[in-house]
Amino acid sequence: MAARSLLQAISEGLAEEMRSDETVVTLGEDVGKAGGVFRVTQGLQEEFGPLRVMDTPLAESLIVGSAIGLSVNGMRPVAEIQFADFIPPAFDQIVNEAALFYYRSGGAWPCPITLRIPYGAVPGGALYHSQSVEAFFCNTPGLKVVAPSTPADAKGMLKSAIRDPNPVLFMEHKKAYRLVKEEVPDAGEPVPLDTARVHREGTDITVCAYGIVLHSVLEAAEKLSTEHGMETEVVEPRTLYPLDRETILASARKTGKFLAASEANVTGSVSAEIAALVADEAFEWLDAPVKRLGAPDVPMAGFAKPMLEYLVPGAEAVEAAMLELARY
Amino acid sequence: MAVQGTRVRHEDLGLQEADLGSIHRSMLLARRIDERMWILNRQGRAAFVISCQGQEAAQVGAAYGLRAGYDYLYPYYRDLAMMLTLGQSAREQFLSLLAREEDPNSGGRQMPGHYSSRELNVVTTSAPVAVQYPQAVGTALAFKMRSESGVVLTSGGEASTSSGDWHEALNFAAIQELPVVFLIENNAYAISVPEKMQVAGSIADRAAGYGIPGVAVDGNDVLGVYEAADEAIQRARRGGGPTLIEARTYRMTAHSSDDDDRRYREREEVEGWREKDPIARFERYLEEAGLLDAEGKDALEAEIKAEIDQAVEYAEAAPQAAPESVLRGVYAET
Ligand SMILES: Cc1ncc(C[n+]2csc(CCOP(=O)(O)OP(=O)(O)O)c2C)c(N)n1
Repeated sequence: MAARSLLQAISEGLAEEMRSDETVVTLGEDVGKAGGVFRVTQGLQEEFGPLRVMDTPLAESLIVGSAIGLSVNGMRPVAEIQFADFIPPAFDQIVNEAALFYYRSGGAWPCPITLRIPYGAVPGGALYHSQSVEAFFCNTPGLKVVAPSTPADAKGMLKSAIRDPNPVLFMEHKKAYRLVKEEVPDAGEPVPLDTARVHREGTDITVCAYGIVLHSVLEAAEKLSTEHGMETEVVEPRTLYPLDRETILASARKTGKFLAASEANVTGSVSAEIAALVADEAFEWLDAPVKRLGAPDVPMAGFAKPMLEYLVPGAEAVEAAMLELARY
Repeated sequence: MAVQGTRVRHEDLGLQEADLGSIHRSMLLARRIDERMWILNRQGRAAFVISCQGQEAAQVGAAYGLRAGYDYLYPYYRDLAMMLTLGQSAREQFLSLLAREEDPNSGGRQMPGHYSSRELNVVTTSAPVAVQYPQAVGTALAFKMRSESGVVLTSGGEASTSSGDWHEALNFAAIQELPVVFLIENNAYAISVPEKMQVAGSIADRAAGYGIPGVAVDGNDVLGVYEAADEAIQRARRGGGPTLIEARTYRMTAHSSDDDDRRYREREEVEGWREKDPIARFERYLEEAGLLDAEGKDALEAEIKAEIDQAVEYAEAAPQAAPESVLRGVYAET
């Protein structure tokens, strides 16, 4: 067991899958010699060669489309979309193709591809290196959208994603890449894709969060416990689509106060769906309105640091929202 | 052995009499199935038809050299004759047309023309135009990664060459020298939009921009298309990379059963192309080579008619999928 960053854990998970299964290949822009702009695939081309770790032309529809074609012909491709912001050209190949292959062929053609998608706001990222695009895809049956936020989960869930017979969008929060570290088992076991995780038990409020905001929530939960004796239950969906509804609803029914948080634009977000689910199926247990916390509905995110900080819910905003809910 | 001068074309191409028979049969079967589909549609028994009439030579010629079940095919919605060439049956076409549970392509989930066959390595077809090209390239890449001799054939209409996916796919296939053949069935129209409003320059010439061979062939000449495709397929198998084939042909029906082509093209033009009908043309070739006579043709027509009659009867009696089956099979289980 050794301490690993989120980025190292993902990199290790991918390397281990490539070692144990020779059909696993990775492709994308700059993933080869450069090891990816974030260095997730560093060293892989040296180990596995230029065919299994392939630099592709800058063409996102091609990257996803050719990953689909590889999967059709016996391979397990892991394609990197360099930044989530550049996924729209591949939207058709994801939602009309990968998501529907299995269904539309009556089960004849499964599509086991994994798309690694670095997302989220980072200082200096500005409008086109900051977006949280997960909600675009959480309305498409046939896709799995996973967003683990801790290193051990990320490593284990990447393994599950690669072994899964369905297309899996694997969201990696860029700010969490190097910031978040924990002990990660060396020979990592796969972590199932279909379960939410309860990070912290509590009785006063529930916060359901993912991405970098999850880490703010976990910190705030400790602080509010010490300072106010307020116990927060923290639930991480881990998979955003389809949701582990039972775990989320069980927590909402237990605490009666529910906040869904992430840094995505609020309208139509995954948090919005989680909030609707709780309002729909746990109403009788609630002591307060279901709340959502996220970025206002403006493009993500200003280049100037104060603009970025104004938009993305940081530690203070998270803490304030939690306190407000507890006091309701 | 005959001297060069008196040899017939098919011998030069290495095609036996049996090959010609099966090429002829696939083309004619496709035509007669297609015609019957329109009848069923006009009788209100089939909701939708998309047609291959006029394009049979391009389709059969291109697919004839594939090894079904080993090579892969990414067809488009008009490629009925390709499907028959690879091994789908008349019965399967009507099961699909009538959206029966046994529809081999999608179990009644997709419109007709969205082909799929795991056994034949025909990859499930979509409605958005051109999405198949990057996928075909990925499938060819898998062959290269494993150093296998498989080839991928993918096809589409001329309008599909307007899309980014087409260019992205050609570019990558050329960079990686992948075993893939792009067949463009240039039938002159994208619904109502004529080729000159859809395609700048020449499609075949665009291959030069990617540094790969580009071949323009008469798409109504089945032997010519076979020759071009066979050469491309052999080159791909040898590791010689991709080829672009533009087969010039004509769609003799409206775009689909929901379209009225009188809005955008003159009858004289359609009639002019009817005179170049690829099936009649191949039959003349067979007659001249002494391989087909009126009797033989009547026998084949009768045999095909019986096959289609039985196929329609079977499909009409076949059960629909259970409505609630629409909820199943969204995700594959591990
Ligand atoms: C991306 C996309 N846009 C629009 C359509 C609607 N559409 C279906 S077929 C077609 C024309 C295609 O023309 P072409 O590629 O030349 O093939 P043809 O039908 O002439 O054989 C159009 C516009 C579609 N299916 N996909």
